[in-house]
Amino acid sequence: MRTSSQSVPRQGPGTKEGGAISTVLRARGLGKRYRRRWALSDCTLDIPAGRVVGLVGPNGAGKTTLLSLAAGLLRPTSGTIEVCGGRPGSGRGQLARVGFVAQDTPAYAGLTIADHLTLGARLSPGWDARLAASRIRRLGMSPGQRAGSLSGGQRAQLALTLAIAKRPELLILDEPVASLDPLARDAFLRDLHDTVADQELSVVHSSHLISDLERVCDYLIVLAASRVQVAGEVSELLARHRLLTAPRIDTAALPAGMEAISVRHGGPHDTAIVCDDTTAGAGTLPAVPGAALSPVGLEDLVLAYMSQSAPALEVTR
Amino acid sequence: MIWLTWRQFRTQAAVTFGAITVLAAILAATGPQLAHLASSSSNDFLSRVSGADRALWIIGSLAVLAAPALMGLFWGAPLITRELDAGTYRLAWTQTTRTRWLAAKLSLLGLAAMTAAGLLSLAVTWWASPIDAAIASQKGILPPGLLVFPRLSPEMFAARGIAPLGYAAFFFVLGVTIGVAVRRTLPAMALLLTAFAVVQIGMTTFVRPHLIPAEQRTEVISAANLLNINVNNSVTVIGRPGAWVSSQQTINAAGQPAKPPSWVLKCPAGSAATSQACYARLAQLGYRQQITFQPASRFWPLQRNETVIYLVLTVVLAGLCTWWTRRLLS
Repeated sequence: MRTSSQSVPRQGPGTKEGGAISTVLRARGLGKRYRRRWALSDCTLDIPAGRVVGLVGPNGAGKTTLLSLAAGLLRPTSGTIEVCGGRPGSGRGQLARVGFVAQDTPAYAGLTIADHLTLGARLSPGWDARLAASRIRRLGMSPGQRAGSLSGGQRAQLALTLAIAKRPELLILDEPVASLDPLARDAFLRDLHDTVADQELSVVHSSHLISDLERVCDYLIVLAASRVQVAGEVSELLARHRLLTAPRIDTAALPAGMEAISVRHGGPHDTAIVCDDTTAGAGTLPAVPGAALSPVGLEDLVLAYMSQSAPALEVTR
Repeated sequence: MIWLTWRQFRTQAAVTFGAITVLAAILAATGPQLAHLASSSSNDFLSRVSGADRALWIIGSLAVLAAPALMGLFWGAPLITRELDAGTYRLAWTQTTRTRWLAAKLSLLGLAAMTAAGLLSLAVTWWASPIDAAIASQKGILPPGLLVFPRLSPEMFAARGIAPLGYAAFFFVLGVTIGVAVRRTLPAMALLLTAFAVVQIGMTTFVRPHLIPAEQRTEVISAANLLNINVNNSVTVIGRPGAWVSSQQTINAAGQPAKPPSWVLKCPAGSAATSQACYARLAQLGYRQQITFQPASRFWPLQRNETVIYLVLTVVLAGLCTWWTRRLLS
């Protein structure tokens, strides 16, 4: 298990060159403390523009804190954060660049859908009234309906419409489907996928369910224990990580360039998720007798990084 | 932002201004009759005021007194806490800046609160003016009943004139600020009610008597001004028509504070001639009453000064509230 290097997240290739590819969110040593508890600490992160980024982590990992910092609802206790080139929440122009769908997708219960659209039109300089109206129509919602009487799925759609019709550069979604039933969840995610494909915007979408993100995201950040554990392109993460199976795995005996993220002992074989920077690829691993490397699924990969940070789940030898 | 504020507020506004309109209509319907009664009766006007008008006098005065507290309670305190409870602040604060959001809310609802309190006080002050004038010109002991408080008295001052407008602005913004500070609706409402009582009593007791330096007079005790003689420690109390007497004491011929002789108790009793002789003897012995008071003519200057104080406090509080909201939850 890694210990000393935990605070340095693995970064995808998009940011290695120090901003050669434009970044939509840049955090440096970002931390947020509530009274005595750090909800997010020492977060250094570059999110490239034009991606659909999945932010995944267990409950209480700091996802909402990170996204609230990015939306300007919170101010950092330490470090800096820059979103679309500006300080979050620093003014009207900055607010117009970021669309935010908050957790539980709040809406004014006493106001109708039409009222909410008027609200958006009055408050947002770049409001796209046609887009908003056509989305509401397409979703089959009646403009005269009060938000208080909408189902959870419809309210989530309303919140998404408000955020998208601002025509933001960055769309932030904080667990928008967490409280939805599977059907509404599926409909919301499908619609989100289509909308994003149409609009060329950057998206950061958090969830504690990897399956939600797997369908829409091409970039992944794993946040656990208030730190970034890993960040990178989904395809590249999948290419770099392998499932190692062997009768007995000794993390110290792995070849150079290969590092165990999590190891599970027991049964006839030990298994490990390894970060593999060797060129061997899938197949056998000569250095470890009886070992086999196979591709790893995104869910297993994420779980490996999440469990790495949770001492209770650590497997001891 | 004004649109959203108005959209959220219009129901409350309709209820409040509807209630004020109903009360104002009743006052407008009964006011001319009351004024006619006042002009057609001589010194006995106050005792001829009907039971219904006495009830209206109490209801109107209480409405003006309570309006600022009610607006602080139901408009001010829940203004932000409601958004925090429902989570809608996250919607609002990512669409517009908090400063603009709060500025629209404070200015629109603050002006509405001032307008409501102003209209209510205007209606009640106009309606009650014959009664207030009669109380202010009544010499000596007033007829029994409630119609004894001049508009300058601590009981009535906050229910007349322009001061309620300042109170409404102040307690509305105070409600908002307490809501921002404690973040929960019910505790904020309870705190606001406590603050209302403390501030209003404190203002009446400690500040208003000094807004304009009080006058001091030494007066002869007579049947015309004697209000009360306390039998146990034979303290006499005199009044001045329409004035707010903040303190008084009896002094002897040497100018020292003294108890009046015990036979003074008998002065108000007996026939007119013996009573007059009794007061004359008291005056001859050199007993006088020294009073500290605000004369009736200072009603409007005091109202103006107090309103200015509350409006200045409101502006300061609005600044504090804005600063606090910008730091809120961040």
